[in-house]
Amino acid sequence: MTRADAFGYLLAFVARLITGAQGHWKGCPPKAEQRIYFANHQSHFDWVLIWAALPRELRATTRPIAARDYWTATPFKHWITREVFHAVYVSRQRTDDQDPLEPLAEALSHGDSLVIFPEGTRSNKGEPQPFKSGLYNLAQQFPQVQLIPAWIDNVQRVMPKGEVVPVPILCTVTFGAPLQRVDGEDKREFLERARMAVVALRPPVA
Amino acid sequence: MNLRSLSVGEQVALLFVIVFGLLLAATVAWTLLSLREMPEDSKARHERFGRDLRAVWIGAVLFWLSWMSGAIGAVLLFGIVSFLALREFITLMHTRRGDHRGLLVAFFVVLPVQFAIAGGRWFDLLTVFIPVYVFLAIPVISALAGDPQRFLERNAKIQWGIMVCVYGLSHAPALLLLGFAGYDGRGAFLLFFLVVVSACAQIVQEGVSRRFRGMPAARHIDRSFSARGWFISVAVAGLAGAALYWITPFKPFQAFVLAAVAGGAGTLGELVMRALKRDAGVASWGNARALTGAVGLLDRIAPLAFAAPIFFHLTRWYFRV
Repeated sequence: MTRADAFGYLLAFVARLITGAQGHWKGCPPKAEQRIYFANHQSHFDWVLIWAALPRELRATTRPIAARDYWTATPFKHWITREVFHAVYVSRQRTDDQDPLEPLAEALSHGDSLVIFPEGTRSNKGEPQPFKSGLYNLAQQFPQVQLIPAWIDNVQRVMPKGEVVPVPILCTVTFGAPLQRVDGEDKREFLERARMAVVALRPPVA
Repeated sequence: MNLRSLSVGEQVALLFVIVFGLLLAATVAWTLLSLREMPEDSKARHERFGRDLRAVWIGAVLFWLSWMSGAIGAVLLFGIVSFLALREFITLMHTRRGDHRGLLVAFFVVLPVQFAIAGGRWFDLLTVFIPVYVFLAIPVISALAGDPQRFLERNAKIQWGIMVCVYGLSHAPALLLLGFAGYDGRGAFLLFFLVVVSACAQIVQEGVSRRFRGMPAARHIDRSFSARGWFISVAVAGLAGAALYWITPFKPFQAFVLAAVAGGAGTLGELVMRALKRDAGVASWGNARALTGAVGLLDRIAPLAFAAPIFFHLTRWYFRV
């Protein structure tokens, strides 16, 4: 076992201890198929939670997206995103000659699965904000990849914006049925449908 | 065979052999039964019994481990259980942003300190640390967070969680470590005594209420809880305690009274838990359908969490230990 593996186990253990990190596979089984998971985004903890909720075998091939300028700033941040999470780096500065989705497309053509948060930023209003178009473009480019919606529940209580230490509160990640492609659907309709698929997974409020 | 002539270690070992023997017998019987065809309703009952049996197994193994590993192990094990229970409790209580610091203190300061106090056998401090000191500390932290909305309600929830999950459960390792004169190293019997009598009370209360449909005492909270069932369960717990007096430092009548009180407190504690559950709007703490997906730990610990402090205090007060 390498140091990165050991660190990964430790991190997953801590995440489970703090949040339970329960994965509820409602619409699809946890299988080693190529997938794009897309989820609501409420906290910095979201990625770790999805990652810990995945079965161990799927973790190595399921990759997050990380902002290059932030996550390569220090050696530790770089190491953890590169070695433990196998992150796909994207740069936030738009340059004209480069497609920002190119690193993602490259990872998908390698056969890896991705986790993306199509809202683009964290929201704490409860309802997810409108989705950015990246999900649509990837879905167009890779029609064979399954699109799995996921709802992360309760995590905003674990670590509200601006706090550093997480409070132990149980969280769940609910994975839904793969989003079907509909012929002749335009971008806006697709993104709204994807967003509704995520919202539909929210557990009923007691 | 004269039990009293055995050494303490042998007596405790015998206790565990008996407990695990009974459990094993029950499990074998249950497994054999599950091979048979049966109608739907008894199948559901069978399933439920199987779940309870698993819970008892876990409890017994936990108890054995905590005994084997001595003071530190007992404190650690019950500390972990308390942590998981508090996590479940807080999940279902809707806390707000301003509670964050208070919750951090509850989980990462109050809980470890309380169990360290239990492990250090500072029993006077154990009884007052949370009701006196933490009682002030939590609202102070909450007030400093500057959110006046539902202040009382939010703090009450945190205080309650701490009282039930931390304070109540910390008395279980404290019982293991309680030193009676001439009763050294037999704390395991006391905890065992408490668990058995409160389990007896629970089973009898449920059975009586199911069999003889009396007037439910609080229809909207629990359809089966009746005064008659409760009195019978207290009496049975007392008798069970009296029958077990020889493993305790008590005389038969003392054992009867203490067991009755512990059994009664345990079943009432369960009723309170049920009311809390109704309030939070869940059928069982963290069933698969609720948002948590936890194991329903709070359900299992409720009788112990409420009965242990009362049993502990009465024992210490009456016997001046």
